[in-house]
Amino acid sequence: MADTTEVKIVSDSVTAEARARKENRKKVSNEPSKLEKFWKNNFGFMFILVWLVGFLIFRLYPFISSFIYSFSDFHLFKGIQEWGLMNYEDIFTDKKIMSSLGTTFAYSFITVPMKLIFALFIAYILNYKIKGVNLFRTAYYIPSILGGSVAIAVLWKALFRDEGVINAILGFFGAEGVNWLSDPDYALFIISLLRVWQFGSAMVLFLAALKNVPVELYEAATIDGASKARQFFSITLPLITPVVFYNLVTQLCQAFQEFNGPYIITQGGPRGATTLFSLLIYNRAFGQYEMGMASAMAWVLFIIVMVLSVIAFLSQKYWVYYGDEK
Amino acid sequence: MENYTLRKKIGTVVKYIILIAVGFVMVYPLIWMVGATFKTNNEIFSSMSPFTANPTLDGYKNAMNNYGGEINIWKAMLNTYSYVLPKVVFTVISCTLTAYGFGRFNFKGKNLLFSVLMATLFLPQVVMNVPQFILYNNFGWVDSPIYLPLIIPSLFAFDTYFVFMMVQFLRGIPRELDEAATIDGCNPIQTLVLVICPMLKPAIVSCALFQFMWSSNDFMGPLLYVKTPTRYPATIFVKLSMDADTGFDWNRVLAVSLISIIPSLVVFFCAQRNFVDGISAGSVKG
Repeated sequence: MADTTEVKIVSDSVTAEARARKENRKKVSNEPSKLEKFWKNNFGFMFILVWLVGFLIFRLYPFISSFIYSFSDFHLFKGIQEWGLMNYEDIFTDKKIMSSLGTTFAYSFITVPMKLIFALFIAYILNYKIKGVNLFRTAYYIPSILGGSVAIAVLWKALFRDEGVINAILGFFGAEGVNWLSDPDYALFIISLLRVWQFGSAMVLFLAALKNVPVELYEAATIDGASKARQFFSITLPLITPVVFYNLVTQLCQAFQEFNGPYIITQGGPRGATTLFSLLIYNRAFGQYEMGMASAMAWVLFIIVMVLSVIAFLSQKYWVYYGDEK
Repeated sequence: MENYTLRKKIGTVVKYIILIAVGFVMVYPLIWMVGATFKTNNEIFSSMSPFTANPTLDGYKNAMNNYGGEINIWKAMLNTYSYVLPKVVFTVISCTLTAYGFGRFNFKGKNLLFSVLMATLFLPQVVMNVPQFILYNNFGWVDSPIYLPLIIPSLFAFDTYFVFMMVQFLRGIPRELDEAATIDGCNPIQTLVLVICPMLKPAIVSCALFQFMWSSNDFMGPLLYVKTPTRYPATIFVKLSMDADTGFDWNRVLAVSLISIIPSLVVFFCAQRNFVDGISAGSVKG
């Protein structure tokens, strides 16, 4: 009997407490207005505000304005006289521009596969239990970190000029020197070699991916008698396709925009052999101040890069493996 | 079985030979460059060895020469770091704030905005050079004595790659930490400064290091926006010194080049781990 009263008292006090809390909450919830609630729910927006403002001013506005300029004959000092499609007509009828577009494609399709295959090859070897991995990795990575600098481009010129180091080495072995940079047949290749030499960051990514491949898979394959080559193509490569994809897209993007190498080392020569599209855009915009034409050319390049990226993205489902969850 | 171990041994030897050969190709040009700065101009291209019997400091002596009477390598490097350092600081602050916003809060349109941010990663800079130049020209920023076009965008998390990298990193930091901080009475800004930043340190360091490297090596930016010789940064100065003497003074040109990348080399060797980790952190996980 005593027990039940106690329980009742307790439950009474509980309900009273709950009621009081409820009222209290009502009071509190009456205070913040809708605005304050909105503020509270979207407070995080404040943190991205700087980025958003910057995006609107420094990216979106220039991006749209360059599209509009591309339909005009905007000259930096003379302004706009005419609107129309003439820039695009010029681009597709001008032999020099079209051949430079071809050079850019050639450059990218030489550089990117070479760089990726080389990066993967080295990463694959480094993934074995190699002593001094860190030392090798550092050595391979130095060119990537410095490679973009003018100093390295200058060095490249010193190495490959007609009386340069490479020809000195060839001469040492009794071979005849090659006019690497003054022969149109070789110059583009030498320029792309500068980028291939910087395979380090792609390699670091490959190496991280290779480390994530479960060891059990290799063990099982070895027991089943699969050769190393077979293991590579049937296990390793499929599992690291996401990184292959990432490297492919970023490197392609970079290759189509290459500027420093040809600008510093060959100035687009010999006979236009290394005149990449970005060089022409630069000359039009900052040599002749034809901003409209330069914008149109930049947009042509942008659309090419975009189409290639979209193809890469769409092709993903045929060759990129994103684990079982997908 | 013996055959197997033998094959394995040979395989290991081959691997080391490949690695060392490649390593040699990677590093040799740089070593040769260092050696060449101590050679006479007659000797530079006559031998492939980085060593020389009669070293000379002429290259370095001439490297100190003024170019056009207005600028020398030291002034040029001072110019470089006078915009690189603010850029690094501003990038770290603005990118951390943005990443914190995207990584830890919900707000209207967040997903859309994050997609936009990701899309800018794939936006080629080539397309932006012309319109950005026109914009900065209208602002009167071109050839600004305090390098406004090079610095100001970094105040607004312009290099979205770093934001992406930090958001990825933030995902690995347990939310319970933020919640505990909130219960202890921290407001979101205190949580960021006192809890998140210490945890985010590796990503912040990577961000600072990469931005340091990229902006001290940047050539296009100064090429477009710095017009007055006294304000030239090291990258432009090196290019000029190469153009100035076509084929004569290579020891001087290489000495100038080498001096210009020494800070980058020092930073790289002091923090190589961070670079490798940073590269891996920003990428898709395999």
